[in-house]
Amino acid sequence: MIAIDLKNLDISYGDTKVVHDVTLSIPEGESFALVGESGSGKSTILRAIAGLAPDWTGEISVLGQPRSHRIDRAVSRQVQMVFQDPYGSLHPRKTIDAALTEPLAIHGIGNRGERVDAVLRSVGLDQRFRFRFPHQLSGGQRQRVAIARALMLEPKVLLLDEPTSALDVSVQAEILNLLKRLRREQNLTYLMVTHNLPVVSFLCDRLAVMRHGRIVEVADVAQLKAGQLNEPYSMELLAATEGG
Amino acid sequence: MTTPLLEVENLRVSFPTHSGRVEVVKGLSFTLGRERLGIVGESGSGKSMTGRSILKLIRKPGEVTADKLSFDGIDILAQSEKQMRSIRGARISMVMQDPKFSLNPVMTVGAQIAEALVTHQKLPRRDVQARVLEMLRAVRINDPQRVATLYPHEVSGGMGQRIMIAMMLIPEPELLIADEPTSALDVSVQAQVLDIIDDLVTRKGMGLILISHDLALVSRYCDRVLVMNSGRVVEECAAGELDKAQHPYTRGLLAAMPVIDEIRDELPVLDRTQWAGT
Repeated sequence: MIAIDLKNLDISYGDTKVVHDVTLSIPEGESFALVGESGSGKSTILRAIAGLAPDWTGEISVLGQPRSHRIDRAVSRQVQMVFQDPYGSLHPRKTIDAALTEPLAIHGIGNRGERVDAVLRSVGLDQRFRFRFPHQLSGGQRQRVAIARALMLEPKVLLLDEPTSALDVSVQAEILNLLKRLRREQNLTYLMVTHNLPVVSFLCDRLAVMRHGRIVEVADVAQLKAGQLNEPYSMELLAATEGG
Repeated sequence: MTTPLLEVENLRVSFPTHSGRVEVVKGLSFTLGRERLGIVGESGSGKSMTGRSILKLIRKPGEVTADKLSFDGIDILAQSEKQMRSIRGARISMVMQDPKFSLNPVMTVGAQIAEALVTHQKLPRRDVQARVLEMLRAVRINDPQRVATLYPHEVSGGMGQRIMIAMMLIPEPELLIADEPTSALDVSVQAQVLDIIDDLVTRKGMGLILISHDLALVSRYCDRVLVMNSGRVVEECAAGELDKAQHPYTRGLLAAMPVIDEIRDELPVLDRTQWAGT
């Protein structure tokens, strides 16, 4: 089954068109990366899928169901997003418990205590963090909470927007391991935005290189590892990672 | 051997908390000549505090003590604020992390760079203008005339960072401290910015302290690397020999980084209990 299907997708912010004619299909269980420099429109694609950038034309389907332009409860059960900055993505005056229970309350799901308990365990956080506030946690712990929040509704697809770029290398390794394990355990599909090619090599199966709002090339991670990308721009990115 | 540009002995920086003073830098010593030194460590390792204390930028209630902190024979700790102003910028300058927050939003780029110059040197206005444009060209900005009239919000992050470098280098300092100069930038732009710093530092024979959490990056641009962990230097080595590093902390940091041809199924994670941390 196709987890995310994008057809001729154009996305605009006001009068400015940011993403041009993107067609992409990601099968269930795959981990797919969007890479490119800032302003290339990669995050915007995630935002459109999540319903945060409603000004789009074309077609977005999630697990076979076409997505509407509005906030869509059925879609948010299936697709959740993790943001770049763990410092900015948690409500500073809500405890971890409150942040994690909220999606359950919105969707009218019961058995909340146990679910929070289980999800904290699966992201490797101790129960004593449950009633703390975000400022009492380190960056890596906060990103674990953000991932836990995204997993609360047991989605099939996770949209990851630079999930580790605000973290130290050692903490980045922990979060990458966590994401890899969760994907294996829960058979998740990942669509990840990053500009870090080694991270793609570690976590993903395929990647798309974007530039100026268009997809330049779609390649297999094996090609990336072998340094055999086809487009000159992709090679430029690769060279920047290795040599600069 | 000429006298070192900067000598630091037993540098300590501490801040008060409810449970007594906490030392964030615990007895750091190093000397720096006209070379490129990298300081690497995770957040909270005290690397930025080290950079700031060299410029005496630690505000109260923070406290800096050292047996010796001298720059070109001048005892930094004994200098008054007024005397420090003739050192900061003119002789030692610092490139900060994020151009968005470090440039003045209501001044044009050209005016800001010019300000950095005229604060330290008296020059006729025509010369100032020429120097500014020349400096912008040196940081590889293509049409300096136009860029000089822009405001910071009108330029991209990479260009902002190059403007900041221009501003820091125009008084021709002897020592440049770059605190995570590229962590707010894209990979493709990162290399460009560092190449510019590298080029200018080598050409003018300045000393450079590059502070970063990225081991690979530091080893590429520096001659010597200090690895810091919770306020102490755990290892010092030549940048080229980083892969032969001995200390488990350094090895852990190196191993935790994914590589482009990754085959490991899981990345090794630092066991923090191993080093005197918390």
